[in-house]
Amino acid sequence: MMKSEFWRAFARNKGAVLGLVILAAIVFLAAFASFLFPNDPWDMATAPFQPPLSEDALLGSDMLGRDIAAGIAHGARVSLLIGLTSTAAALAIGVTLGALAGFHGGRVDDAIMRFTELFQTIPNFVLAVVLVAIFTPSLTTIVLAIAIVSWPPLARLARAEFLSLRTREFVQAAITTGQSNTTIILRQILPNSLSPIIVSASLMVATAILLESSLSFLGLGDPNAMSWGYMIGAARTVIRQAWWMSVFPGLAIVLTVLALNLVGEGLNDALNPKLARSRG
Amino acid sequence: MLGFAQIFASRLVKAAVILIAIVVMNFFLVHAAPGDPAMVMAGEAGAADEKFVAQLREQFGLDRPILEQLGTYVGKVVQGDLGFSYRQQRPVWDILAERLPATLVLTLTAFLLALALGVALGTLAAVTVGTWADSAITVVALLAYATPIYWIGLMLSLLFSIQLGWLPAFGYETVGAGYTGLAHVADVGKHLILPVITLALFYMASYARLTRASMLEVRGLDFIKTAKAKGLSQGRIVTRHVLRNAILPVITVAGIQAGQLVGGSILIETVFAWPGIGRLAFEAVLQRDYQVLLGIFLVTSIMVILFNILTDILYGLVDPRIQVSQ
Repeated sequence: MMKSEFWRAFARNKGAVLGLVILAAIVFLAAFASFLFPNDPWDMATAPFQPPLSEDALLGSDMLGRDIAAGIAHGARVSLLIGLTSTAAALAIGVTLGALAGFHGGRVDDAIMRFTELFQTIPNFVLAVVLVAIFTPSLTTIVLAIAIVSWPPLARLARAEFLSLRTREFVQAAITTGQSNTTIILRQILPNSLSPIIVSASLMVATAILLESSLSFLGLGDPNAMSWGYMIGAARTVIRQAWWMSVFPGLAIVLTVLALNLVGEGLNDALNPKLARSRG
Repeated sequence: MLGFAQIFASRLVKAAVILIAIVVMNFFLVHAAPGDPAMVMAGEAGAADEKFVAQLREQFGLDRPILEQLGTYVGKVVQGDLGFSYRQQRPVWDILAERLPATLVLTLTAFLLALALGVALGTLAAVTVGTWADSAITVVALLAYATPIYWIGLMLSLLFSIQLGWLPAFGYETVGAGYTGLAHVADVGKHLILPVITLALFYMASYARLTRASMLEVRGLDFIKTAKAKGLSQGRIVTRHVLRNAILPVITVAGIQAGQLVGGSILIETVFAWPGIGRLAFEAVLQRDYQVLLGIFLVTSIMVILFNILTDILYGLVDPRIQVSQ
């Protein structure tokens, strides 16, 4: 698809453009967090319980005198990092399994789909909590836990794409010319099934950020990484005295996830134009 | 009715397979965890006393080959023995059984509320498509998708209990009030309102969107034109013809999302100090009480399977064809 055509379709969705602008602002905040807030976000910056708009803390300070604004900026890094890496890991698991199931069909398909169904039945947040708690919280365990509970929808999607593309002429032609299965999967079918996968992946980044924030809200975040969920979880007991400690990090999550969902819908309109029109 | 019984039986077989897989998974989690499995089972590595750890080692045959250990473990779980919480000095099953009713009340109420309100709002949006009511419902759904449920819970309690003082912010009942009979039910109900609304909100939004899309699709089908041609009233067409068909995908998705709903109760119960399994999960995480945590994993999986069976039954009630065709 031509680039300009893609952008025109994307820009027709006003929500998607708004989402992209918000997302750009958040990426900027994350990239320049150390420049904007050079001090460690865990360090005391001012007196505890400072309300918003006070002298040293624009968004107030928490019960240990840490700057809320600094926490939000540094937390943006963790959220985006975990959102992207865990989606990449989920893609690796889901697309591989889905591609194998859809391409080979028969018993392989049956076995893989049973496995997928098992993971879809398991309450995924509970499994994520169990995994992170048992393997002790760190960025790596959090990313892996989120990937392990998030891949099934991607596997289903990839399988459906592969099932339908496998019977098409260009794949049949590739088979008759004697290309290996790996080549056919990676070079013939995969490139043609990318657009729905990209759309789902962009929405999954949003879900992964929500999952990470929920884990760190429960105290299962990486103890060295400041994150939005942790800030809300820590401030929850003093919400009666200090609303700002929970309100601002929460708004940061809502804005980020909303922006990602809007961008995802825009991508959907631009990459799957037929689908977008039929949805009306 | 034979068809339905068969579906039900195959459902049960599937459920049993899934449960055994989860038990096996639990076993391997304990063994894959860093450190000695006996220590992991005792929880809070190092804090448990020697005698207890030695007893665990013997009980689970931890010096035996791994497959034999797996057999011992599965055998114990099948008999309802989910282990012993060293931290609470009680069998895990007793702790879970005590907390289960509160979680069931919370999740079931939220599930039914989300389904009823979601379908109602989705219908409203589809009937008024293109008007302000339709847009408002779409915007609310978008926001509900993007907001972490624990934060919605905190904000609702900030507004309705701290600012306005209308509803209790936490707990299951008013401590020390000593209500009995109807007064007690009303008291618990009052405590239930905020957690249920918080938990239901996301799913309500999701079902509303689905109902809307599905109704708009069904509305254009031929049998609706026939119904119109027969001269049926608008209201009757919407409720008896469009909705009845449009609701089927909603029920399917509701079944798929049951797992998320049950998982969400961990967060909701933590926010509102609701004394159920979810709150217990939070406490178990804090205390690193893995036996309790794995027990919760098993019990919540069973809950999801029950929710799935419930949605199957709902599906059969709405669409009687399923009894003969599948």
